[in-house]
Amino acid sequence: MARLASNRMWKWTVGIIAVLCLSIAYAASSTAPQASKAGPTIVIDKARAGEHCVEDTAFMRKNHMKLLMHQRDETMHKGIRNGKYSLKKCINCHASTKDDRVVGSDEHFCQSCHTYAAVSLDCWECHSTKAKPVQAAAASTLPAAAASVAGEKK
Amino acid sequence: MNQPQHEQDQATQSVDTHRRNFIGGSAALAGLTLAPGVVVYGLAHGKTDAEPVTNKVRWGMLIDSGKCADGCTDCVTACNTENGVKSGPLETDPHWIRKVELKDMRTGREQSLPVMCQHCEEPPCVDVCPTGASFKRADGIVLVDRHICIGCRYCIMACPYKARSFVHETLTDQNPDVPRGKGCVESCTMCVHRVDQGQNPACVEACSKAGHEAILFGDLNDPNSDIAKRIASHATVQLRADLALNQGIRYEGF
Repeated sequence: MARLASNRMWKWTVGIIAVLCLSIAYAASSTAPQASKAGPTIVIDKARAGEHCVEDTAFMRKNHMKLLMHQRDETMHKGIRNGKYSLKKCINCHASTKDDRVVGSDEHFCQSCHTYAAVSLDCWECHSTKAKPVQAAAASTLPAAAASVAGEKK
Repeated sequence: MNQPQHEQDQATQSVDTHRRNFIGGSAALAGLTLAPGVVVYGLAHGKTDAEPVTNKVRWGMLIDSGKCADGCTDCVTACNTENGVKSGPLETDPHWIRKVELKDMRTGREQSLPVMCQHCEEPPCVDVCPTGASFKRADGIVLVDRHICIGCRYCIMACPYKARSFVHETLTDQNPDVPRGKGCVESCTMCVHRVDQGQNPACVEACSKAGHEAILFGDLNDPNSDIAKRIASHATVQLRADLALNQGIRYEGF
């Protein structure tokens, strides 16, 4: 009886090992061709306009969030709208040439890096991901300002 | 019991206003003496893009309900287009500006007028905001800083003018100048992005384009501005003036 049981155990063990080996071999063969694509990659397109960013590239990679955070408060609370570190300027330079956006897929400028670094990207829940088309000069000016200009001409 | 306190508040307010006018007038006079033209321009009309806003300017509007045409919603449409607001009939839809119809039941006289954020000098929404997201800019424009807003909606309840809305739905393709998103409270910004660039708010522009000229926009602190002259010479009211909030939006023609 004991001999019979050990024989069965032996067969089971061989069977399990064979199944494991096969599954590992299958997994290896199925992933091997995709090994170069595995994991996130960073796609950084060349900026649309300009020779260089507003700051050194290495500095921007590390500190762009601080610059944006500082300027957002300046704009929101103090109304300073010509700052150097404007989110709209980021988009204007770095939007994809295909669809004018900086997020949408892992091939878009902002999203690509943020996916790679596993950092959530909250800007675009409120801010437009598209650059605003350049409009003609201001359609209307403040009435008082117009009056003052007229006054100066006199 | 409340009456004497109320009268006292009004008295205090009138003294403050007088003092502000006096200081503003003196400053303008000094500007004139030092460098005519240029300096007055700087004082009266705000700032360049690089300068922070100051309390020398207080932006305001005067809405003439006599000129506001019954059934015209051009200001509402213009506001929605400019700011990307899709207001509809649902209670959850955002409204930055509403046309209100008034009827005197005794005489049958009907009026309509737009009501939006009244840009109070003492805004209750700012008082109650637990995070500091509701704030008043130095030039009197009351705003919500969406970076700080947690969407508690306390300000919606505090506002006597029902001026604030909550964004319930995810938004896409916003106007780059007017970021908006789900989970925040919002209201009329007096088109702050346009005002900072020397333009009129969208509703003002639309109203004058329609030929009504019912909304006058300008600097309440500048005695030479059209709005200040009009307010000085005509009977105008603030909605719920008894609350002593000193709104930047005034109405006439009641």
